[in-house]
Amino acid sequence: MAPIPPFTAEHEELRGSIRRFVEDELYPQATEWEEARWFPNDVFTRMAELGYLGLKFPPEYGGGGDVVADAVLSEELARCGSGGLAAGIGAHIGIALPPIWKFGTEEQKQRYLVPGLRGEKIAALAITEPDAGSDVASVRTRAERVDGGFVVNGAKMFITGGVRADALVTAVKTTAEGGHQGLSFLIIDRGPGVESSALEKLGWHASDTAAISFDDVFVPAENLLGEENQGFYLIMANFQWERLLMALGAVGGMQVAFERALQRGGNGQATRHRLAEIATTIEGGRDVTYHALRRYLAGADAVPEVTIAKLATQRAAFEVMDALISLYGDEPELARAARDARLGPIGGGTDEIMKEILGRSLGL
Amino acid sequence: MTATTTQSIKPDFQGQRKHFIFTDEHEQLRESIRRFVIKELQPHSEEWEEQTFPDWVFRRMGELGFLGLDKPEQYGGQGGDYYTSLVLAEEIVHAQCGGLAMGLAVHTDMAMPPILKFGTEEQKQEWVVPAIKGEKILCLGITEPDAGSDVAGIKTRAVADGDEYVINGSKTFITNGHRADAIVLVTKTDPDAGYDGFTLFLVPMDAPGVIREKKLEKLGMHASDTALLAFQDVRVPSTAVLGDVGKGFYQIMWELQGERLIGAAGCVAGAQAAFDRTLQYAQERSAFGRQIGHFQVIRHKFAEMATKIETARQMVYTTAWRFQNGQYPVREISMAKLYAARIAVEVADECIQIHGGNGYMKEYGIERVWRDMRLNRIGAGTDEIMLEVIGRSYGL
Repeated sequence: MAPIPPFTAEHEELRGSIRRFVEDELYPQATEWEEARWFPNDVFTRMAELGYLGLKFPPEYGGGGDVVADAVLSEELARCGSGGLAAGIGAHIGIALPPIWKFGTEEQKQRYLVPGLRGEKIAALAITEPDAGSDVASVRTRAERVDGGFVVNGAKMFITGGVRADALVTAVKTTAEGGHQGLSFLIIDRGPGVESSALEKLGWHASDTAAISFDDVFVPAENLLGEENQGFYLIMANFQWERLLMALGAVGGMQVAFERALQRGGNGQATRHRLAEIATTIEGGRDVTYHALRRYLAGADAVPEVTIAKLATQRAAFEVMDALISLYGDEPELARAARDARLGPIGGGTDEIMKEILGRSLGL
Repeated sequence: MTATTTQSIKPDFQGQRKHFIFTDEHEQLRESIRRFVIKELQPHSEEWEEQTFPDWVFRRMGELGFLGLDKPEQYGGQGGDYYTSLVLAEEIVHAQCGGLAMGLAVHTDMAMPPILKFGTEEQKQEWVVPAIKGEKILCLGITEPDAGSDVAGIKTRAVADGDEYVINGSKTFITNGHRADAIVLVTKTDPDAGYDGFTLFLVPMDAPGVIREKKLEKLGMHASDTALLAFQDVRVPSTAVLGDVGKGFYQIMWELQGERLIGAAGCVAGAQAAFDRTLQYAQERSAFGRQIGHFQVIRHKFAEMATKIETARQMVYTTAWRFQNGQYPVREISMAKLYAARIAVEVADECIQIHGGNGYMKEYGIERVWRDMRLNRIGAGTDEIMLEVIGRSYGL
């Protein structure tokens, strides 16, 4: 049976290898890491060793050069049994490193991307603030021009990987007004004035999600990422990929939960229909996500497709986990999956923001 | 892949969004079908809702080659791929006449495929060739007054008598039943053989003993003629057997797959058409001093509908891709049919809601969409049967 485009037979082979890695090396540790509220950095170096960390990045920086392969990874990582672990990996390779790859100078790529893909230097993307969530343009963290660079003051919130990150790809205000025309990105190295603290959460327990403060942090001029005051576009540029990753992850998560449910089976027509409903939800989510992925890969504007894929899969994933709890009770793995899935309709742009984007795309 | 800042933030919502299964030829076909439908069919839709649509639609569409798009050229078809059939199912909705779309689909995607797949050369020459020309009209008889979802429970009997069969029984909800020249008829030939006791026949509707009883009144699909048929001692030669004696159940289950997928495509297109009209309405209608579409709750309703329609569309297209690539994706077809039928009804209902009182009025044509779409959760296998098929496909 031919794989559905854009996947090829080679991708399916890779899928098998990644799945074995996830099942043999991550899944057995998931509970321990969830309880520790942390997973070790070895996960990054091990994945780098296997070539999984840089699948989509160019070979000259140590990557594999195949975006589709990275999509396979996102789907398969969802089988690790810990949303926080998948998110922690995704935060580094899926949302923090791509802006450096796309907008960074050669020197920045050598300094952050290359060791990043070796799993030796971990990056996190810092946009959200205590008072700026969906409304990205209202970022208040301020970067003042000084001799040789910037001085940053402010706070970031809900930063996945923010406790461990060596480098924070940070959205800052570089004009007094901020907003769409006044944001920039700085790569901020951990150092004096940067404080991180882990946040307690409903789910994603293995992820070190942080509140971060910047207190008179000096950032050298060469750490400006992209053009000054063009930061808003940089945010928007990776949103599509981030949302695609979330859609792929939700599809993978629903799929593995469904497969495990099938092993437990069940009697009666109501159970059969409930599981058939779930299977239909997954198939719809997968088809709409793969379509968005194909659009994205074609290099065309994929905003409506990606937005739809994200909206269609995130609430669905939570509902699927919830339905499975109704069928099988709140055993720990399902309960965790439900808690982890609940972030889907919030992170990467809330469902309500997705509806705004779609509605406005229709001229409303 | 490199991106510049401007490239990444300029969404092009009007851009070409052709799906990978379609080629430029499909798009040209789409254009020409749409032009025809809007010019020659759509103006009559109100009238046909009252009186059912006339037979000349078949002849005209046969003339234009639209009835055999994916059928072999040797029988007068266009020899296109399965996707051409999808294109027709999608474009015919612009007639704004659900009963018309259904009557055509019964002819092209339900009655013809089993004749082409299981029929003899003589049967194909006798029925498919004129059917593709639109000179003969076909229907399909499965459902009976006492056997709907439970296909195996049909009672229509065909009993061998020398070189002939004698058929007795009745069929109901038969689309095209009044106008059809022939019926693909599901019968029981061996009541003791379980699933191996069914046989299909190709019965001319003018055979003595075929009685076209009343035209059935329906919630929607008013433009289609829906019949209750009786078969009283109808004698047909053994050459009227379609396919193999005893294989009818499996053959009709095969037929239902194509019927469900094309039905799902029609649901997506119907939902999209209702969505488009309602979007236009929301941009014209004002309340409380602004366009109703600019209220956030209305905007979000459209976003939710767009998401459902797109999901259903991708399920249909992906399944069609599987079908075209030689798979027999019964599970995915069932999923696509289930989901598309449901969301078509939900979207139609939401479109009525956005139209308010006007949505409830016949004049705006939105209540008709809801009435027409409602059948899709029942016909060709109910939602519940789809869930059974899907559930059992996993061994549940």
